[in-house]
Amino acid sequence: MDNSPAIRCRGLVKDYGSVRAVNGLDLEIRVGECFGLLGPNGAGKTTTVEILEGLLPPTSGDVELLGSDWKTNGDSLRQRLGISLQETNLADKLTVEETLRLFRSFYPAGPEINELLELVSLTDKRKSWYMKLSGGQKQRLAVACALVGDPEILFLDEPTTGLDPQSRRQLWGLIERFKIEGRTVLLTTHYMDEAQRLCDRVAIVDKGKVIALGTPRALIESLGGTDVVEMKCDGPLDETSLSGLAGVHTVKALADGLSLTVEHLHKTLPLLLSHLQQSGRTLTGLSTHHATLEDVFVNHTGRHLRD
Amino acid sequence: MTRHTQRQHPLWQLTLMRWRIFVREPSALFWTYGFPVVLALALGVAFRNRPPEPVEVAVEASPGCEPWRDTLATNSHVHVRWLNPQDAREALRGGKVSVVVGLLPSPEFLGSGKSSGPPRIYHFDPTRPESRMARAIVDDALQRAEGRVDPTSVRDKLVTEPGSRYIDFLIPGLLGFNLMSSGLWGVGFVIVEMRVRKLIKRMMATPMSRAHFLLSFVLVRGAFLLGELPVLLCFAHWVFHVPIRGSLLLIVGLSVLGSLMFAGMGLLIGSRAQNTHTVAGLVNLTTLPMLVTSGVFFSASRFPDLFQPVIKLLPLTALIEAVRRVMLDGAGVTAVANQIGIMVAWGLISFVVALLMFRWQ
Repeated sequence: MDNSPAIRCRGLVKDYGSVRAVNGLDLEIRVGECFGLLGPNGAGKTTTVEILEGLLPPTSGDVELLGSDWKTNGDSLRQRLGISLQETNLADKLTVEETLRLFRSFYPAGPEINELLELVSLTDKRKSWYMKLSGGQKQRLAVACALVGDPEILFLDEPTTGLDPQSRRQLWGLIERFKIEGRTVLLTTHYMDEAQRLCDRVAIVDKGKVIALGTPRALIESLGGTDVVEMKCDGPLDETSLSGLAGVHTVKALADGLSLTVEHLHKTLPLLLSHLQQSGRTLTGLSTHHATLEDVFVNHTGRHLRD
Repeated sequence: MTRHTQRQHPLWQLTLMRWRIFVREPSALFWTYGFPVVLALALGVAFRNRPPEPVEVAVEASPGCEPWRDTLATNSHVHVRWLNPQDAREALRGGKVSVVVGLLPSPEFLGSGKSSGPPRIYHFDPTRPESRMARAIVDDALQRAEGRVDPTSVRDKLVTEPGSRYIDFLIPGLLGFNLMSSGLWGVGFVIVEMRVRKLIKRMMATPMSRAHFLLSFVLVRGAFLLGELPVLLCFAHWVFHVPIRGSLLLIVGLSVLGSLMFAGMGLLIGSRAQNTHTVAGLVNLTTLPMLVTSGVFFSASRFPDLFQPVIKLLPLTALIEAVRRVMLDGAGVTAVANQIGIMVAWGLISFVVALLMFRWQ
């Protein structure tokens, strides 16, 4: 295998009429890496992934996969990719096994059906119609369909959205096994815990652009503090005086309050509370948690992912 | 994971998929196989050949009309009622009788006065065929009873043999109609349903060949036909004794061609539509005009000459006309060459245009 990256795109732009869904996006994903595209709904993640998958033409920009591009090597590229779309309803009245055989027939080489069934824990559901499967089983079948061609790059667009916690963990285990084999995974998600657990590197996307890029740990460390305090008051607060308090790293105004990253919660919190008292403000809401990738997003945009 | 290179042919797998989805859908099975038989049975019963029904006649209950009543009462082609004049007119207006026989109020109107009995008047509606027929039968019966001598002697020979009945006309029409609706719905609608479910998009993300995908629809239509055609033909043959005068092979060939043609048209109809409402509208827009004009239930020649060239070029007209001529007139392949040409053109043009404008995303 040569040294070219698994996926590279530069200056990717996609317009839908007057709406710019992707706005000059650059990515470089290494072979063997599990890379996460993170962002709220409507950030342009799916559009970006579908351009990379060769399903949508970009308005402008270059895409290169495994050293080839879609225009000249589309057919051979297809055979080397495995794709799970954000929402696919497979045929209701085909069984798990029939669906896999169908998809398997499109690829020149790949694992045996039994092996795939075992891998996605659907062996005892092989004779069940797609419509009779649970959400998690449907999603595992979708991933199995992406694996039938023994792909070098696996694209998973929001693979765990809408699944219960157990199904999500089951799917994570599946992706981790694929990673161990040294293959490349591009994953989109709006679940920060998912990205934190699975991804070697993540790009945080907002409004069609990459606003932060790095390993999950480095991104969280870039916040400075290890904990996050979110608070709401009955009136405005002076942000600069708050950021002057010992242990406070950043202060970010939210739509209905403030978000602070702090180093030692147990030392900083009393300081914060007494500062509020001196300012004559009363707390109407307070919460703290360990810093996550979500706080990186908040720190860059002033919004929560779910806003 | 281990790599294996043996696999089944994608076209076979795609065709198998279409087939499985079809046979697992009970309603689709009924519309394809059951419905035409039910329709043929219903229409065959409704239009079955019965002995001619007597015409309904009223004679006005007035003095002098009794001989007419008595003459008509002995005639098996006439069912006569004796009604007072007002009730008789009412029965005529309500369609209970087709003609009313009465006394002419002022006989001097007739002039020469050669009449042997009292002069008659027939009340009837000339725009109703059964009314005109009733008048003729009644007048004929009464005139003869009154002594008319026909200058030429005639004899009737009754013909009600298989091949010239309504059910004989109907079966090729139903066959054509069935091939059309199962082709357009079975291909057009199903494609749009797959597009709505993003299944087409998912399959386009694999190395699947587009030609294989489209071809699988056409192949499955051909396979369904092998069931559709015998069901309808055997039913028609055994239940209604519909004759097959021409070559059975030619009928099968024409049906295959018709089936492929409508599969192509189904692809075209489903090539752009983004939701099932649009495609349902398009299918109805295509099938309904042909259902009326292409001679499914009644002959296409009933439409004005102005429209005939257009009607003859419609795909369903071509198919039904060809099958009808082979089945009922025993026509050979050269006699239906025009229709075959029309069908090939429709099929090819639709398929090529569908391929060019198909929305894969």
